[in-house]
Amino acid sequence: MTFLSSRPRRRALALGGLATGAALVLAGCSGGSSGGGGGSGEYEAAPTDLEASITYGVWDQAQVPAIEANLEGFAEEYPGIDVTVNVTPYADYFTKLQTQGSSDSLPDLFWLNGPNFQLYASNDLLEPVTGAVDAGDLDPADYPEALVDLYKYEDVQYGVPKDFDTIGVWVNEALFEQAGVPMPEADWTWQEFQDTAVQISDALGDQGVYGGAGGMDGQTTYYDTILQAGGEVLTDGGTASGYDSPEAQEGLQFWTDLIESGGSPTIQQLTDTTADQWFTSGKLAMYWGGSWFRAAIQGTPVESTVDVAPLPVGEEQATVIHGVSNVVAAGSDEKQAAQALQVYLAGQEAQQQQGDMGAIIPAYDGTQQGFLDSAPDVDLQVFLDAVDYAQPLPVSKNSAAWNAIEISDLPAAFSGDEPVADVAGSLAEQMTALLQQEQ
Amino acid sequence: MSRTVTSDLLAPAGTRPRRRLMGRDGLWPWAFVAPLAAGIGVFFVWPILQTAYYSFTSWGVFGGSTFTGVENYVRLVADPQLWTALGNTLLYTGVVLLGVPLAVWLASLLNTPGLRFASFYRVLFFLPYVAMPTAIAMVWRIIFNGDFGVLNYVLGLVGIEGPYWISTPGVAVLAVAIVGLWSSLGFAMIILAAGLKNIPSELYEAAELDGASPWRQFRSVTVPLLTPSIFFVLIITIISSFQLFDLQFAILGSTNPVLPKSLSLVYFFYQQGFVANDKGYAAAIAMFIFVLIGVITLVQFRLQRRWVQA
Repeated sequence: MTFLSSRPRRRALALGGLATGAALVLAGCSGGSSGGGGGSGEYEAAPTDLEASITYGVWDQAQVPAIEANLEGFAEEYPGIDVTVNVTPYADYFTKLQTQGSSDSLPDLFWLNGPNFQLYASNDLLEPVTGAVDAGDLDPADYPEALVDLYKYEDVQYGVPKDFDTIGVWVNEALFEQAGVPMPEADWTWQEFQDTAVQISDALGDQGVYGGAGGMDGQTTYYDTILQAGGEVLTDGGTASGYDSPEAQEGLQFWTDLIESGGSPTIQQLTDTTADQWFTSGKLAMYWGGSWFRAAIQGTPVESTVDVAPLPVGEEQATVIHGVSNVVAAGSDEKQAAQALQVYLAGQEAQQQQGDMGAIIPAYDGTQQGFLDSAPDVDLQVFLDAVDYAQPLPVSKNSAAWNAIEISDLPAAFSGDEPVADVAGSLAEQMTALLQQEQ
Repeated sequence: MSRTVTSDLLAPAGTRPRRRLMGRDGLWPWAFVAPLAAGIGVFFVWPILQTAYYSFTSWGVFGGSTFTGVENYVRLVADPQLWTALGNTLLYTGVVLLGVPLAVWLASLLNTPGLRFASFYRVLFFLPYVAMPTAIAMVWRIIFNGDFGVLNYVLGLVGIEGPYWISTPGVAVLAVAIVGLWSSLGFAMIILAAGLKNIPSELYEAAELDGASPWRQFRSVTVPLLTPSIFFVLIITIISSFQLFDLQFAILGSTNPVLPKSLSLVYFFYQQGFVANDKGYAAAIAMFIFVLIGVITLVQFRLQRRWVQA
């Protein structure tokens, strides 16, 4: 059954129609007009006897133990500040945050990710960290540079990353052995990747095994190859699409070639069974995946035979980097306390603790040993080394709008149904129009 | 759902005695109705009015709307995505409606006197209706899997090469509709079974004495006397089919390349309102769906006099 009518009790509701439900949600958003006005950037380190009660909004239940450990340390420094952690599952997090943003009731401190950051920064809902940086309590140089830039809007810094993830090639050693193909070298090229994929597909195709796999997740696939080809997803300071450049199209062609040569399942196959599922079922030898995939492998049949290689090198070496940031709401009533927590969580001690508890890769330089130790048999160092050549995830004020077009249009290019240049050209046109609207 | 309730609900309009707003009881009745009326007013009527208003505005993500007149509607009518979504929704509704005759047939089978394990069968058919749509969707996703799914395996046994059900344009809508049909069957059956129980057994006895075959009895006694229940089921099924969202969202997934060609009206609304953050436009879509459902339901009530036995 569909939506509201899924329980007999709700039948009356069903008559009102989804329109009503929609209206409810929309009406909920209409409370405040434009939020609490822009952040001033004012900052004064909180006195240790500050009495305040603040909320901290996050979406990952798995990280709560590490957060609580952090908060214990924070309470020693600021015994008067009472912190309530609000966990909202990721699926609802940004819908809720938008409602809160509309009604000037954002949590005092909360997680924000790259694709959503500019939306909040440009609507003056965030407090810059420039004050804390000027006061010397926060040093952006302690964090991966590409990621620090992700949280900069119109040259103002609004947060520093709390963690990061980069992309690598997860390999199934057993399948390499079975196919009799040598393991990838650290500085392998695009061509070598393509050849390896085809060789494995050819050797083990009768078992339904593929060498490589594309997919519709830009962050782990075509964004990386576009960057490696020397292209850009967004150009001109984020006001235009980079898809119409020859470099970007080369980055897309990479996946078209891989599918055409049989080195990867088709996009249809990858829709039914996603690349990570192919990999964890032992049917895929090389999977382009993020550092977060380490946790997903645990408990799967391939767990004991997994390693990581860096992404192959195209015109240049590149990977997408992304990470979450703690940001302070511009409209917070307890801004000083929220900033104190923001600064504390970004500090070396708290970051070290986060890393040791193993939920994420902490962003603070030199606190990542815990991550490496979490899977000693796997060369996780690859993900840390990748920071040197990483570029931030392409985002704009309303990233979701053009992400939707990528997903609807690009499959035709990957499947070879339409020439890559045609698809990319039309995609670029639609995307640039959307980006112009954002301005 | 007893038959009397159903027929009360469906009593033809216009036969009610005219009532004055303020009867001889004065304000008292209103005082009793007030709490409920306030709830409905605040949570149903007011939001609908607001949505209607916002459908004429362009809405910033964090509030702040500017009046743009009928711009959203002009854009909506010209948007090919709307017509695709409408087509998909109609296709889905059509397939799910096939479940109504099926449910009539199954309900009368279950109503056979002396049938053993009748309650067991009833539970079996009703279970999908009780299960969470998302859970159902997850299971069907696996069944529909093009490479490793049970469905294509079974089809393969009889020499048919099944399609990639959820990633082939056209087929994807059908796949969702099959699940919709399957999961709504139980609800329709329960309503219809209740209707069947209210058909006096003397009628069947009389029909039998007149020498009517079981098929003739089904056609001339069961179906006509069941029409009020069938009508009710039709109304509910069509309304809920037009609200198709969660099942499709969960089965197809939000990164499915066939989505633009397969999405339903409500999915289209969701995409504009909550993915693209274009809430004014989304409000216009919501109003469109609202009016469309209203009109279809109204037409059904008009037509019911022609075929529903009072």
